[in-house]
Amino acid sequence: MTMHPMISALRRHKAGVALIVLQIALTLAIVCNSVFIIGGRIERIARATGLDEDGLFLVTQQWVSESDAEGKDGIERLDTLQREDLAVLRGLPDVASVTPINSLPLLNSAAWNGGIGLTPEQPKANLQASFYFADENVLPTLGVKLVAGRAFTAADVEHKALGDANTPSRIIVSQEIASRLFPDGSALGKNVYLDGSGAPASIVGIVDRLQTPGTNAFSTSFAYSSVLVPTRLNSTFSRYAVRAKPGRLAAAMRAAPDALYQANSQRVIAEDGIQSYADIRHDAYRADIGMAMLMGGVSLILLCVTAAGVFGLTSFWVDQRERQIGIRRALGARRRDILGYFQVENLLIVGSGAVLGIVLAVGLNFALISRYEMDRLPVTDVLLGVVCVLALSQASTFVPARRAARVEPASAIRSM
Amino acid sequence: MVLAIGFGVAASMTTFSVFRAVSGDPIPWKSHRLFVPQVDVWGPSERGKDGEPPAALDYRTATALLNDRRGSMQAAIYKVSPAVLAMRAGSHPVNVDGHAVSSDFFPMLEVPFAFGSGWSRQDDERRANVVVIGDTLNRRLFQGRNSVGETLQVAGKSYRIVGVLAHWDPQPRFFDIVNTGGFTTTREDVFLPFETAVGAGIASTGNTGCSKSPSEGGIAGLKESTCVWISYLVQLDDADAVRAYRAYLDGYARQLQDSGATTWAPNNRLRDIPAWLDAQHVVPADTGVSLLVALGLLIVCLVNTSGLLLAKFLRRSGEIGVRRAIGAPRGAIYAQFLTEAGMIGIAGGLLGLALTGLGVACVHWLLPADIASLARVDLVLLLLTLLLALVSTLLAGLYPTFRATLVQPTWQLKSQ
Repeated sequence: MTMHPMISALRRHKAGVALIVLQIALTLAIVCNSVFIIGGRIERIARATGLDEDGLFLVTQQWVSESDAEGKDGIERLDTLQREDLAVLRGLPDVASVTPINSLPLLNSAAWNGGIGLTPEQPKANLQASFYFADENVLPTLGVKLVAGRAFTAADVEHKALGDANTPSRIIVSQEIASRLFPDGSALGKNVYLDGSGAPASIVGIVDRLQTPGTNAFSTSFAYSSVLVPTRLNSTFSRYAVRAKPGRLAAAMRAAPDALYQANSQRVIAEDGIQSYADIRHDAYRADIGMAMLMGGVSLILLCVTAAGVFGLTSFWVDQRERQIGIRRALGARRRDILGYFQVENLLIVGSGAVLGIVLAVGLNFALISRYEMDRLPVTDVLLGVVCVLALSQASTFVPARRAARVEPASAIRSM
Repeated sequence: MVLAIGFGVAASMTTFSVFRAVSGDPIPWKSHRLFVPQVDVWGPSERGKDGEPPAALDYRTATALLNDRRGSMQAAIYKVSPAVLAMRAGSHPVNVDGHAVSSDFFPMLEVPFAFGSGWSRQDDERRANVVVIGDTLNRRLFQGRNSVGETLQVAGKSYRIVGVLAHWDPQPRFFDIVNTGGFTTTREDVFLPFETAVGAGIASTGNTGCSKSPSEGGIAGLKESTCVWISYLVQLDDADAVRAYRAYLDGYARQLQDSGATTWAPNNRLRDIPAWLDAQHVVPADTGVSLLVALGLLIVCLVNTSGLLLAKFLRRSGEIGVRRAIGAPRGAIYAQFLTEAGMIGIAGGLLGLALTGLGVACVHWLLPADIASLARVDLVLLLLTLLLALVSTLLAGLYPTFRATLVQPTWQLKSQ
């Protein structure tokens, strides 16, 4: 089959061809970028927090008629209240372990971010990290894996007012911090300086992986740089991470507020004061799931519309050329030749649309980068999009092309 | 074709409804007279790439600006979440959200009152124990009756209610962008006088940013520190007032420099509300990207419709030829086919209306509540949907109609 007659036939349908080329190009541009956005969101949602998420829940409560800790007595009083709560929760039959904690991965609030330096009173920290203030039960409660050193003991745990600038003397860091601060793997036992402090904190343990509370762009830049601090923070409100015994999550979540109220009724536990970790995760990624589904929906509609458009125009051309097809058949062209003609014609049109589409896709990507701080579109996504669009348009050409192939040679004479 | 138009229009309008919701001006009649000052108390080492000073004010700066009263009205604002208790037998404490503000806050923001009013400047100075409550809290505690004069216990101290707001939920929450990021489902339940709340040790439950950790915990430490935790609004009525205020801020910063409190040249900002919302990226990037992608979808649908209309109209070349031959002028052909395109547009618009309704419902289900609750279907959106469908289909129909009018009657009749 020579291309020449095909191209000169297309020249006589300039408008229709131009419209399909334009449509294919735009579809490709949008679908490539959508798929890229969806991929990014899925990757974000799928990353592991490092926690054993099943069976974990968070209690947030506030004591009323207590004002914030003023002086040593206030702090001691608040700490007593907190230790009472911990004892109550630990006493529940469905609870495996409990730790006080200021925040959790993905909670998106109450993060305590600071810098870690290698020398005392360093003006510019070596790296940014997020601190979790907890007690000796933090590792089993969160289900975080210790890879080196030791866990906190009860003797390590201190308590201080929320906002007190004194830094701890012992910490556990995530593997991410350990390998970034000490690339030679010698982090265990080393001293570091938190928040530009002059007092050293020694690294007693290293945990495998622990995400920070924030999920926004700023926090994502240090998503796995977490530090565990053996300190109970004393304030009028408190948070407890609770691990239920296997299969007893719902029962433990029901029992917790009742037991706390019973122990001390002068407190408020808001409606969302008892949150399962599954809910925290869902809330954190709701916008991402929404965006991914929106992009998915738009891409699906686009592909359907484009398939329908290709189908419609090819059908029209087949109708228009019925007589010519009859003549070709009468002159000896096989059905396969007619089918092939339309398929190759479509490939030619969609192929040029795809070339234009690649340019548009990259252009759109650049526009999104400059306005909305997105990443570069990888070549594989573009190629995948091209293959998709080509396959789709070939498929939607097939039905009218097969109809064309069925045209009887006799119709060349009949319609005269 | 109707389907394509319907989907294209619906996707655009759904994303537009979200975009319109988040890019709105919360106080359009006044937003250009309300300004947010920023003073750099942290210095060059803490600035971002764009040299932006911290987004909130420290206590010293906020009180200095308040005391100097250089605007026609001004208010310092910080977020509080105290527990409140109505002074009645058998009532339980509840947790509420709100802000500690200066007296000017209410007249400056034209906050609507159902009962009573805000407090006076004298109350500010006397640190009076007065409180303004929101309509939801008033319903919850006082069944919606006029509760002015009643006593409310806030964080363990007694306050007299001086005003009850009518429903007030400005979005974006322009007076506290730093804590809400713009959109929030948190209610404004209580407003306390700024200095009263600071004096009572009611801690900020918003974000507190520190370049150096405060020397002691609680609000006492915050007052002495350069931590930023206070939002500030000032009303400046004309260009001269804005110029004078800029000069005043520079003077203040230079005075800090002269006193040795800072070692850098003044680096202040003074933005009106629209510029401030823009600088704080209140419109989420996702929303812009979605709108862009949906508009792309609409364009593809139009190109598609244009192609299909072309095929549809040219199939009827015979009919056109006959009409022309028996005397129809080109204008009549234009009228006929544009009417047809218009009908398709209206049908597509009606389908689009239904799909937009569905789309907005999906948005409520998919997106985080703080943004989704703002997207709604109203008359303007409905009319816009129909109009968009009609106008865009007419545009898409222009070229096919033009081609239809070019049909030569003689040639068509001969070929039949």
